[in-house]
Amino acid sequence: MARAVSTQHKTIATAAAWIVALLVFFPILYTIITSFKSEQEAIQGFNLFPSGTTESYTAVEAQSGYFKFFLNSVFLSVGSTILALLVAIPAAWSMAFSPGKWTKDILMWMLSTKMMPAVAVLFPIYLIFRDTGLLDSRIGLMIMLMLINLPIVVWMLYTYFREIPGEILEAARMDGASLWNEIVYVLTPMAVPGIASTMLLNIILAWNEAFWTIRLTTTEAAPLTAFISSFSSPQGLFWAKLSAASTLAIAPILIMGWFSQKQLVRGLTFGAVK
Amino acid sequence: MKLRTLTLGLLSASAFAFAAHAESITIATVNNGDMVRMQKLTDDFTAKNPDIQLQWVTLEENVLRERVTTDIATKGGQYDVMTIGTYEVPIWAKQSWLLPLDKLGDDYDVKDIIPAIAGGLSVDGTLYAAPFYGESSFVMYRKDLMEKAGLTMPDAPTWDFIKQAADKMTDRASGVNGVCLRGKAGWGENMAFLTAMSNSFGARWFDENWKPQFDQPEWKNTLQFYVDLMKANGPEGASSNGFNENLALFQQGKCGMWIDATVAASFVSDPKNSTVADKVGYALAPDNGLGKRGNWLWAWSLAIPAGTQKADAAQKFVSWATSKAYAELVASKEGWANVPPGTRTSLYNNPEYQKAAPFAKMTLDSINAADPTHPTVKPVPYVGVQFVAIPEFQGLGTTVGQLFSAALAGQTSVDDALKQAQDAATATMTEGGYIQ
Repeated sequence: MARAVSTQHKTIATAAAWIVALLVFFPILYTIITSFKSEQEAIQGFNLFPSGTTESYTAVEAQSGYFKFFLNSVFLSVGSTILALLVAIPAAWSMAFSPGKWTKDILMWMLSTKMMPAVAVLFPIYLIFRDTGLLDSRIGLMIMLMLINLPIVVWMLYTYFREIPGEILEAARMDGASLWNEIVYVLTPMAVPGIASTMLLNIILAWNEAFWTIRLTTTEAAPLTAFISSFSSPQGLFWAKLSAASTLAIAPILIMGWFSQKQLVRGLTFGAVK
Repeated sequence: MKLRTLTLGLLSASAFAFAAHAESITIATVNNGDMVRMQKLTDDFTAKNPDIQLQWVTLEENVLRERVTTDIATKGGQYDVMTIGTYEVPIWAKQSWLLPLDKLGDDYDVKDIIPAIAGGLSVDGTLYAAPFYGESSFVMYRKDLMEKAGLTMPDAPTWDFIKQAADKMTDRASGVNGVCLRGKAGWGENMAFLTAMSNSFGARWFDENWKPQFDQPEWKNTLQFYVDLMKANGPEGASSNGFNENLALFQQGKCGMWIDATVAASFVSDPKNSTVADKVGYALAPDNGLGKRGNWLWAWSLAIPAGTQKADAAQKFVSWATSKAYAELVASKEGWANVPPGTRTSLYNNPEYQKAAPFAKMTLDSINAADPTHPTVKPVPYVGVQFVAIPEFQGLGTTVGQLFSAALAGQTSVDDALKQAQDAATATMTEGGYIQ
């Protein structure tokens, strides 16, 4: 029997949810507010009501062209996600539906690579990129982003695939479906919410990745993370400009997240409630 | 139709030939006001050198340092010109990572570079980086508050005077702190200030045999004075304040005095951003009568990595950006006050500059008061005023900076911080083979 929820409880829960959401979102909101202040206003302490000037945006655009960085970010995040899915879907399929003796260990090992600090492998990776001519190339960085996010993608897909009854795939096989048909026509459509949320999460992760994207690029392949970094100054207070640069950098992914929040939440909680 | 095709073909061929001929050099730099201005003025360079194109990479200081170090150590060849400081130049030049600057042109006038700055950028008399802007540190103070306290700031104050003035100026009820100093941990943050300060107290990082000196009374006097001064007169949460935080406090009128980089003078005296612009006075960094002042010396400089394939074009650019002509170009477009300071003697002899920048003389005097080759009262085996020019210093300086920052925050005592600093320094120097 469903538990009766009183209106009072509902109101309290809603208010609490709003407060938590506001707390989580506040730093981003304040960044956006600060971007519409003048530099002097920005350093004058806490103030939620900006004068509304857009001088910081004009200055940011004049100092470095936003569009090139933006295109690189789109290319890198979408490209690395597609690459990661191409590798991860078959990998997760085999681990979910025909696990071997070492499957669990392999999964743990994959995840363990995420535990190592990235800087520990900076030099080897840098040398490999230098020798293969991949420094400051979009392709090189796309492969790098695919590799660092691959463990998470495989894990997420593995969890979703495990929720799908193996009998359905068996039935498909009985009907004469080949392995390819089984993955493409039976498994993938059933796992669409899972794949979609994995894809969205991976795009967000790749978009925000700021270690490798700054260190392996100079001018050609530099994405928005490098764009923001160029506005941070050790000598001089450019908080409004930095906020404008940050707002420009997060706006696309924020808008994308807003429109796809249903899929994201559905995907992330998929299988959480039995 | 045929003619049009032919013309189009010729045009695209010539465009291709031009593009193939034009050489592109990549310059790594930081987002400081003077650097941003240089990027805006590059049309002048490309007009004079149509066969060279410029690509800029602007990065946050620490990221830039890490990026260019990785690139130069691996000979990655990503950059043709790098913006580096006086800390890196002697170390990198000794490793043969930098090209000597010997083709700067006949009209470059190397001798015009301020000797203290040129000394910090040379190894065995050869210049390895050209200074783009130089800075020292000095005292910036509120003339109105000083007057209210019934005191007159001398041109060359002592630490005792600073303490006396800070005590009188502090008025926490109205939000005024007598003195604002760096407290944020980092070799280029609080340790830049404290190392320079310790020089004036007679302290040194290492003796002639590279033995750390934190167990000596001079360091105890330095740190105790600093912690006591800040506890009595410093702003709240001072242990997390760096240059930018103190700049914000000073601009809002919350500091009576601020001892920091000379480059700050142009910010605090700018009426657009500073509420105290017309009330700021300047004085040399304090001393203790031992012959050394507590001021540092730094120059953001342009250097050419040994791995570049475009050394000639890179040198042309370095020569342009650090020339007298560049100073005149900035002056003609943005006024003399915006010319990069602290690199050339001729700038300080220029009456127009003296008029536009009231802090000019004090900046030059401060720079001249620092000697990177003899930074301390007692002899030392290293070069550097507010740093020790050895590769281990970045890590060690930051570790010691964290200990001293903790002492300022009251998390540890001055004695404990010094003892731990001594242990950390001894371990690092033994590991590095300096102490046998």
